[in-house]
Amino acid sequence: MSTLEVSPDEPLSGQSGHSVVNDFSIQVATVNGSGSQTANSVLMRAIFQMGVPVSGKNMFPSNIAGLPTWFTIRASRHGYIGRRKEIDFLVAMNPETAREDVMNLESGAAVVYDEPLKLSELRSDVYFYPVPFDKLVAPVCPEAKLRKLVRNMIYDGVVAQLLAVEMDEVHKALVKQFGKRKAKAAELNWGACKAGFDYAARSFTKSDPYRVARMNATAGKIIVDGNSACALGAMFAGVTVVTWYPITPSSSLVESLIGYMKRFRHDPETGKATYAIVQAEDELASIGMALGAGWAGARSMTATAGPGISLMSEFVGLGYYAEIPAVIFNVERVGPSTGLPTRTQQGDLLSTALLSHGDTKHPMFFPSSCEECFSMAIDAFDFAERFQTPVFVMTDLDLGMNNWMADPFPYPEKPIRRGKVLTAEDLDKIGGFARYKDVDGDGVGYRTLPGTNHPAASYFTRGSGHNEKAQYTEREDDYIHNMDRLAHKFEAMRRHVPEPVVRMAEKARIGFVALGTSDYAVRESCDQLKSEYDIDASYLRLRAYPFTDRLQDFIRRHERVYVVDQNRDAQLLGLMRLEFDADLIARLRSLRYYGGLPLDARTVTDEVLKQEGK
Amino acid sequence: MSSTVTPPPRKMNRLGLEVLQYKGSKTTLCAGCGHNSVSERIVECFYELGVNPYTVAKFSGIGCSSKSPAYFLGLSHGFNSVHGRMPSIATGALLANATLLGIGVTGDGDTASIGIGQFMHLVRRNLPMIYVIENNGVYGLTKGQFSATADVGSTLKTGVHNELPPFDCCALALKWGATFVARSFSGDKRQLQAILKAAIAHHGLSVIDVISPCVTFNDHEGSTKSYAYMKEHEEVLQELDFVPAFEDITVEIPEGEVLDVQMHDGSHLRIRKLHRDFNPTDRLATLAALEDAEAKEEVLTGVLYVNTSKPTFLELLNLGDAPIATLPESKVRPPKAALDEAMDELR
Repeated sequence: MSTLEVSPDEPLSGQSGHSVVNDFSIQVATVNGSGSQTANSVLMRAIFQMGVPVSGKNMFPSNIAGLPTWFTIRASRHGYIGRRKEIDFLVAMNPETAREDVMNLESGAAVVYDEPLKLSELRSDVYFYPVPFDKLVAPVCPEAKLRKLVRNMIYDGVVAQLLAVEMDEVHKALVKQFGKRKAKAAELNWGACKAGFDYAARSFTKSDPYRVARMNATAGKIIVDGNSACALGAMFAGVTVVTWYPITPSSSLVESLIGYMKRFRHDPETGKATYAIVQAEDELASIGMALGAGWAGARSMTATAGPGISLMSEFVGLGYYAEIPAVIFNVERVGPSTGLPTRTQQGDLLSTALLSHGDTKHPMFFPSSCEECFSMAIDAFDFAERFQTPVFVMTDLDLGMNNWMADPFPYPEKPIRRGKVLTAEDLDKIGGFARYKDVDGDGVGYRTLPGTNHPAASYFTRGSGHNEKAQYTEREDDYIHNMDRLAHKFEAMRRHVPEPVVRMAEKARIGFVALGTSDYAVRESCDQLKSEYDIDASYLRLRAYPFTDRLQDFIRRHERVYVVDQNRDAQLLGLMRLEFDADLIARLRSLRYYGGLPLDARTVTDEVLKQEGK
Repeated sequence: MSSTVTPPPRKMNRLGLEVLQYKGSKTTLCAGCGHNSVSERIVECFYELGVNPYTVAKFSGIGCSSKSPAYFLGLSHGFNSVHGRMPSIATGALLANATLLGIGVTGDGDTASIGIGQFMHLVRRNLPMIYVIENNGVYGLTKGQFSATADVGSTLKTGVHNELPPFDCCALALKWGATFVARSFSGDKRQLQAILKAAIAHHGLSVIDVISPCVTFNDHEGSTKSYAYMKEHEEVLQELDFVPAFEDITVEIPEGEVLDVQMHDGSHLRIRKLHRDFNPTDRLATLAALEDAEAKEEVLTGVLYVNTSKPTFLELLNLGDAPIATLPESKVRPPKAALDEAMDELR
């Protein structure tokens, strides 16, 4: 693999002779609040426009300005878009972290750095390209107070020159980034970019092996973040009530949704909104409003992260017990407590599955890509109304906030299904109904909406004990009957959740089970295990909880199955323990990473080798 | 609902419904509980005004008071939610269907203790609904602990003194945005009726704090929420007369003595001053009067504030007339061209 191609043991001198094309990581180390995000997006997009598969990962602090931040762009001709641990090409702009960043590099890496940082004396086994950013920025940006922002665009030019990124594509990306309304700013930044390019062209002799070459692997694709993809899904699902409380990393989901709804969800004739979006006073209120709206017949949703999930616990129990549809997007971050608010984890699997007191369990959907964020958001709304219960769409900070290459989303083909709702006309025909009676055998009763103009329509919703007619009861038999029906309903859900995606490797004795963003690392790890160690591994990617029978089949067909968890306590494995027999559990191995960064393939591969005793 | 009433001719309201059809299931609260009187007033008012019960949604939190929506308007949907958080449920339901007439019933624990946050935000939003606080200063279901509306110096049955000042829910509602604020006493049938009717007609948030004695845990000497205390300390501000829109106004209003407030639906609330100069359209003066009354250990009852011009929260959202909850797919799923446009921008 790429890292093995370049590993000079000797001190470097001049041309390495190797060439690494479209298979490396660029890391830009800056200070947050310095406007580097624009420069990073432009660079990533320019490579993408050259047809090379890319991914961008922003590792940023929970802070507005002044703390270190790292942006990693991975170019991969193989199409691997998960995180790569090793950094091949560093742009060191942050004096605070520059030395450590350089010392962490593998031998043979390249460094573009701000000249006054004097980094070249640190090591002799990496390639250094010093750039006098301050000297270059002054002539292209006469206005001194803008220099701090424009300065970063210089490294785009330098990197483009060194990596052979086409400047036409950089320009196109830059114009797109700034949009028509900021043409002046685009002009200014383009000047800086060119200054960087020219400086590199006349000052450096290319000595590192990394470069970009045009491919045709991104044609027609889009670049999008998972939060925007969820937002688009919600809009096309016909969401009508959105209630939320800002929290990293879910805020941009609703903010993106607000932007789209303003454009696409006003009645063209009247200009009236076909939706309501309310920023609530806290997560208690946002879930309360979502449930109130779901009860009154809206397609309602909220979006949050771990601390919000904790706060929503009581209401979600009500939603479960009173059987009210709502969709909750949980963009997971690192817990417990405030934890690491800007780092990623799959740390809410157990708490979400069983959220609230008493016997409760909730369906969860696990998108692993932006395409699935879109499609599963739509499915989740149908599912919530079909089964009259809160549904969680579980993403994480990596998927939600980072930029991903994706296929354009297909327009939903299936009509919107609103579940078992009786109208006044229905009631005329059938005379009456019992809200919690299992008429169809799927555990799901029929409901009416407040405002239904019929004497038989009303019922009383409560979180206290209730019988089939929704009347208050403390009777033992009523309680057990109701709880058993809810359990039966959960079993019915099992037959309707999205099925896992299975890749069986012939002769494989081991397998992986993973979900969400672990997918990228696991798929790449399967390839690493095969190409580097000749180990075959099958892979089942879960797409929902409750699990379906396919998971048990998969486990039975392998001697050992590595359950990949991005959390300390093996929560996914824990969920399996709750329902699987001991002989199945005995086949499971836990593979965990919980450092807060997106999981990378090498970590997975190394851990499998260790546990396999290789 | 079936009715077994036999002739002489049934009494019906303008919708052709009988009072029985506005009742709910049998109360399980204590005999003599003030909350039962409030439920009865709600039944009467909705019946007399001929409100279509199918358009009403009832909300409550947790506590004795919050049980009571089961005891009135049995033909309306009801939602007994979680402790202190009924406002968010009601907000969501009214967002989904802005044509509903929302009525929430809560208590002093539900509103002023655990629910003070959601209460304040409900007030701040001026959500159009009726919010009745059945205020007895004490927790009944957990057997008699103080709530946050208990007065300084009042005592529990066990003799425990309350040392912390009370929240005055009316003052809070006034200060932060409710547009109809009233205080009443569960024992004052006439006053409470007029206030409830005005609240039904009001377009905006109506906060009605009803002193509603707990006969089991807070009706003893030393309580400031007892029947006896109210008899001694209630200061009735006005004589209230509600004239619904469907009735002809025939009586001339004498100049200067009566404040005639035209409500959103065309009905009129006539407020005749009693002993003191009090103007329920002057927010700051009312706040001062409440402060003053507290110092004098008086409980002012009547309409404390009314403002018929402030826009409601739902009006700020630019919604159409039809409930958004049940808009057809053609209205809530944008066309393929919209998705294409969004995709193009991301290329």
